[in-house]
Amino acid sequence: MERPVILDCRGVWKLYGPHTRNFLEKHNGSPTDMALAEANIISAVRDASVKIRKGEIFVIMGLSGSGKSTLVRCLSRLVEPTAGEIRFEGSDLLAMSENELIHLRRKKMGMVFQHFALLPHLTVLQNAAFPLDVQGVDRRTREEKARQMIDIVGLTGREDYYPRQLSGGQQQRVGIARSLVADPDLWFLDEPFSALDPLIRREMQDEFLRLQSMLQKTIVFITHDFDEAIRLADRIAVMKGGRIEQTATPEELVLNPSTPYVEEFTRHVPRAKVMKLRSVMSPDVPDGVYAGELSGNRTVADTIHQIDAATHPFKVTGEEGEVIGTIDARTAIDVMIGRTGA
Amino acid sequence: MTDGVHNRARPARAPTAGLSGFPSFSAVFWIGLFLVTWALSTWSFALYKTFDARWIIRYPKKLEIPLDTWISNATNWLVEDLNFGFFTFRDVTRFISAIIEAPYDIMRSLLVDGFMIGQGQQAIDVAPPLSWIAIISIAVSLALYAKDRWLAILVGVCFAYLAAFGQWDSAMVTLASVLIAVPIGVAGGLALGIVAYRLPAFERMLRPVLDLMQTVPVFAYLVPILVLFGFGPVAALIATVIYAMPPMVRISTVALHSVPEEVIEAGRMVGCRRGQLMWKVLIPTAMPSLMVGVNQVIMLTLNMVIIASMIGAGGLGYDVLTALRRLDIGGGIEAGLAIVVMAIALDRLSQAFAVRRVRPHLDPQLPFHKRHPVFTLVVAIAVFTTLAGAYLPAFREYPARLTLTTGTFWNSTIEWINVNFFDSIEAVKTVLLNVLLLPVKRFFTGIPWAWGIVVVGLAAARICGWKLGVMAAAMTFFIAASGLWREAMTTVYLCSVSVLIASVIGIPLGIWAGQNPRANSVIGAMIDTLQTLPSFVYLIPVVMLFRVGDFSAMIAVVLYALAPAVRYAAHGIRSVDEELIEAGKVSGCTSRQILWRIKLPLAAPSLLLGLNQTIMLAISMLVITALVGTRDLGQEVYIALTKANIGQGIVAGLSVAFIAIIADRVVTALARSSQQKLGLT
Repeated sequence: MERPVILDCRGVWKLYGPHTRNFLEKHNGSPTDMALAEANIISAVRDASVKIRKGEIFVIMGLSGSGKSTLVRCLSRLVEPTAGEIRFEGSDLLAMSENELIHLRRKKMGMVFQHFALLPHLTVLQNAAFPLDVQGVDRRTREEKARQMIDIVGLTGREDYYPRQLSGGQQQRVGIARSLVADPDLWFLDEPFSALDPLIRREMQDEFLRLQSMLQKTIVFITHDFDEAIRLADRIAVMKGGRIEQTATPEELVLNPSTPYVEEFTRHVPRAKVMKLRSVMSPDVPDGVYAGELSGNRTVADTIHQIDAATHPFKVTGEEGEVIGTIDARTAIDVMIGRTGA
Repeated sequence: MTDGVHNRARPARAPTAGLSGFPSFSAVFWIGLFLVTWALSTWSFALYKTFDARWIIRYPKKLEIPLDTWISNATNWLVEDLNFGFFTFRDVTRFISAIIEAPYDIMRSLLVDGFMIGQGQQAIDVAPPLSWIAIISIAVSLALYAKDRWLAILVGVCFAYLAAFGQWDSAMVTLASVLIAVPIGVAGGLALGIVAYRLPAFERMLRPVLDLMQTVPVFAYLVPILVLFGFGPVAALIATVIYAMPPMVRISTVALHSVPEEVIEAGRMVGCRRGQLMWKVLIPTAMPSLMVGVNQVIMLTLNMVIIASMIGAGGLGYDVLTALRRLDIGGGIEAGLAIVVMAIALDRLSQAFAVRRVRPHLDPQLPFHKRHPVFTLVVAIAVFTTLAGAYLPAFREYPARLTLTTGTFWNSTIEWINVNFFDSIEAVKTVLLNVLLLPVKRFFTGIPWAWGIVVVGLAAARICGWKLGVMAAAMTFFIAASGLWREAMTTVYLCSVSVLIASVIGIPLGIWAGQNPRANSVIGAMIDTLQTLPSFVYLIPVVMLFRVGDFSAMIAVVLYALAPAVRYAAHGIRSVDEELIEAGKVSGCTSRQILWRIKLPLAAPSLLLGLNQTIMLAISMLVITALVGTRDLGQEVYIALTKANIGQGIVAGLSVAFIAIIADRVVTALARSSQQKLGLT
């Protein structure tokens, strides 16, 4: 069952340099690398199309300079795209007036930044309440909401601290609280954990998944870390040189990379980490003894200990809990050690 | 990439070529240029006699551009005849005066005069001014609020000094000017800074104007203001605001630009409107940097309020000025010390505000006086002492019989020095004059103007490209064509001698401070204090000891311009990469070798930037030394001021600015190329 599309972005270009719009028209909307270089124009985003569906975690993955940050800024219209079309819940984002845009951002969008972007002169509480302050919400209401958010991100007791008194991980928790305080539908996270130590990063990823299971937002998540992308994503768009190379689920990306670049990236990813039970199971369900049921959406790596420890195979269930196949330890171990070619 | 490195390295190899027997083009160029200049300078007079061509040493009178007359006439027309229909230009200046005069009068009444109704003899006292005790306690509590009790003690002692040494009234007049000029300067500077931040085109337009305003000597500001606004405190205030505003504009623009892009995006993403983005996101985030600007405005204001006493600002500056004119040693030093004390108090106080950290909120349940005990106490003291002043004069004015005076002490000290050390001081003076000052003076003033234009153009073109060469030549021509060649060369001579001496003293001090933390704390504190003092103050001891003349001027300039030489040298030494020093150590360098082979070469760009700042400060101070009888461009501006000759003042002022601009561009280019050579961009 397809979920409704919240953000629909088609053929978005972002060029930097002189007279970019004319330039693009002159080249019928798709200039070559040569033409770009000749005109002294830098292309940050080239012909990017993505559809982001309600409730999914959509990860945009790319190395630095791949245009992922620019793309997310186009999606939130922090940066004005040179060409293309972006629809938010059906209405044309690029045609919106300044006031409509402000309204949209106040009510429907939230964003978390790589370097936290907290206001140094405000306390944790005031930072978290800032979006409501800007909207003119009275102090008592906004501080109450901000306190709730601070509680959700686990910073209770530090409301009166200033950002400089907090660790990086704590600061980003404040950034998350701020981005969620106005209860947005669409949540942008621009490399939110890249500036953190590896251990803290892991912890924050878990925290993020916990929050998402609670809040069910539609999420656009930017990262340069492929492991992070695989851990968090429902779908991933891999970017290189301003272009989207491939958009797919983590599993598809690893199994069927559509370009050499994506393949290069996914080559060293352990299959078991991305392969779901539903894609490695056998579809027959012979009568017999089973050790239990496992959801088809869980990965092999996730369930291998359970499967291996049991003396009998497991039934695999679908979205509605119906049985769709079975898996035994042998198959699972094959995937783990890479014996199957699949 | 490799190509770029090789290109940069090429100039560095040039000296090696020189050693191997073939002098490089660069060396030939510079030595040749100097020799020609030296020869022409030495024999210019002889040439003039031989060919009977007076134009060689004097720019022909007939060809002078009478820009000064044009400016004076234009101003006359502005002031006398310009009419916008409903109002005249005069009305505009009067209107501006009135706007500034009203708050100034209130402030002055509050601090010194008391509020009165009516004029002259019929005046009736309505309310007394704040008592001196009240003002001291306000200052102390501000210090307490901004930092801690140590600052409070310092500020308290400073203000108590003003009362105890009989400088109170003058100091309060000065303070009133500062308190009015600073908010105007800060608000105006911030407003212009915001506009420049929002409109890059406006910023591009504003930048050269600001550059010029910061290089035009202070006196040159006074002349047009004097002509347009007349003599008096308001005119002085206007000059002060104009003088103190440019750094605030610059700092605001830079501060706003350096707010991280992400923070701005965060503001936009939560749906800030333009105004909200500016006042709730940008300005609070930039606040620490903006406060540095405020501190600068305060210090420049104080500096200018003192100088503006020449056009009627009154206060401490006026006391110093009259003391200087009467050669009243004791009075001058006392008033000068009062300025020093005030400068230190204001500087430390505003710096404390700049780094002040917001404190946690107090429980709002407590009654007001418990949450703000100091504030409540200060209000109580202020009200009580001011009211009590109506009955007890001791509260109103510091009791005269308790006033201390050090005037006689200073008089006798200086007299004692002059009696006992006259010969040695005189000997030093004579030696320096004969060995250094006079030969340099002869060299510079001997250069024929025509060759001067060529040599400046060539040198600037060689260092920073032909565009700047043409500009520098044009500026030099402007100076010559205004008939100011000799004065300009006197300025250049005094400036170069002073900069040389300041560097000879300052750079070793800086190197020492850069290597030795203990020396650094002492030298740093000394330099900080020297830099907060208004430039005027430097004249006092110098005149007392060395009387008037070029030598005194040079000493004052050296003292004033010392700070950047020390500071940049220390900074340059300290910022040498620790790894490089370690590399030197493991290669077996002695500490002397580390200094000469590693630290100094790497600190070269920093030293050059320090040199640039030293030159700029020297030029600005040089103009003020006109008061001790130099015969340079500064004197020209000063004469224009006394005659209220606007054209003469502006032309001479511009000439000074041009010298400063040429020096600035050339030295900055040198610093940049040495940075590139070291790969330190």
